[in-house]
Amino acid sequence: MIKKRAIVINSKDNVATALDNLKAGEVIQEEVDSLKKNIKLNQDIPFGHKFSLKEIPSGSPVIKYGEVIGSASKLIKVGDYVHIHNVKSNRGRGDIKGGSQ
Amino acid sequence: MSFLGFPREDGSVGVRNHIGIISVVVCANDVTLRIAQQVEGAVAFLHDQGCCQTPIDLNQVTKTLVNLGKNPNLAGVLLVSLGCESILIEEIREKIAVSGKPVKTLGIQQIGGMLPAIAEGCRITQEMVIQASTIRRESFDDSHLSIGVKCGASDTTSGLISNPAAGAAFDLLYDHGGTCVFGETTEFLGAEHILMRRAATPEVKKKIEEIVTRMERRAKMMGVDMRGGQPTTGNIKGGLTTIEEKSLGAIVKAGTRPINDVYEYGDKITKKGLYIMDSPGREPEFLTGVAAAGVQIIIFSTGIGAPQGFPFVPVLKVTGNPNTGKYLSDHIDKFVKLPEKGENTISQAGEEIYEEVKAIASGKKTKAEVLGYGQFSNIFTIGPVI
Repeated sequence: MIKKRAIVINSKDNVATALDNLKAGEVIQEEVDSLKKNIKLNQDIPFGHKFSLKEIPSGSPVIKYGEVIGSASKLIKVGDYVHIHNVKSNRGRGDIKGGSQ
Repeated sequence: MSFLGFPREDGSVGVRNHIGIISVVVCANDVTLRIAQQVEGAVAFLHDQGCCQTPIDLNQVTKTLVNLGKNPNLAGVLLVSLGCESILIEEIREKIAVSGKPVKTLGIQQIGGMLPAIAEGCRITQEMVIQASTIRRESFDDSHLSIGVKCGASDTTSGLISNPAAGAAFDLLYDHGGTCVFGETTEFLGAEHILMRRAATPEVKKKIEEIVTRMERRAKMMGVDMRGGQPTTGNIKGGLTTIEEKSLGAIVKAGTRPINDVYEYGDKITKKGLYIMDSPGREPEFLTGVAAAGVQIIIFSTGIGAPQGFPFVPVLKVTGNPNTGKYLSDHIDKFVKLPEKGENTISQAGEEIYEEVKAIASGKKTKAEVLGYGQFSNIFTIGPVI
């Protein structure tokens, strides 16, 4: 069996976390809604960073640990790198001067 | 499912059988330490409090010392004072003695200084150790276990494996009818709404909101907006996107079960279930707080590698970082692997941690216990030193 490249913490999650430095174009196999799916990465994903398992429309929740960790600030496609450039916090942001929004 | 522990008169069960030499004031630390160093079977509890403080803090220190003395891992207690401190040693003695265990006191000024105090302290403790050595371990079911959880020196692996695995172990103990205690209120920020949803009653929900608001208010009095800078630049670089994600990665160590109640720092927790103790995240104060709650063992999830133990509560160090597991093997008791294949690693790691907790409960020593790492504790206080 091939080495696992990413971890999905909770079955409700719509993002996975990279367990290695992953490259754009790499295909990751993950279970999504109880089905094995091949997810082609659209960008490089560094270790510990996230990519999308599903399409997440702008304004929709991003889910990790089975809980909402923020909202998509633009459309996130399957295999997209998910971070501060396309997710906004619903409870406060550290990368924006002045803090919570 | 059972473990081997020491029966106590108040119905609690110890996983260790120490005599606690407890300093009631910072000025008695030196004598306290010398007695514990001399007598095998004794452990010292040292701290910086007990005098020249506001009444609210003196009450908090008194309550915490009483509840530390009642911790089931102590078979007996010797309280050491200077003599002129604000804190009342006799009040502490009486309240610990309610538990049925032997409690003695020693005053440095009354007895004539450090040397006679050490000599008398050693004589008293020697007798207590001999008495305690006759107590035998017996089999108890897991519902007699009370466990704390903490994370510190965290890294990316903490939120991915060691914290969720600690949480899975907490869920197992909850389901076996035991007591689970977590805290570190600062880490709730951004995820407090999720904890509130897990509250067993509307009152508990309100209490969770109150302790978070109170903690933020205290920080604001010092001119600090705790929510503003989160997640930090370093967190973002490590892959954390929002404050919710960061806080969820921390609180996942407390599992998924309903939160039965919220306690103040230093309170004793005797009920079964999952509880929050309002507490800071810093190790010396946090570990003392949960030891006062009455936990027998603390699960400590770490990424980079935190060495701290506690004088009379074994601290089980868990990491998911393979480098830390290897290079800090002096401190790490349990390495939990990130998934390599398709297996459900989190629940499996949770079961492994739970088994390790029971082994430690039955007498297996932790790395911090063997090395004596954890001699310097403290008690959380709020007001100024006067």
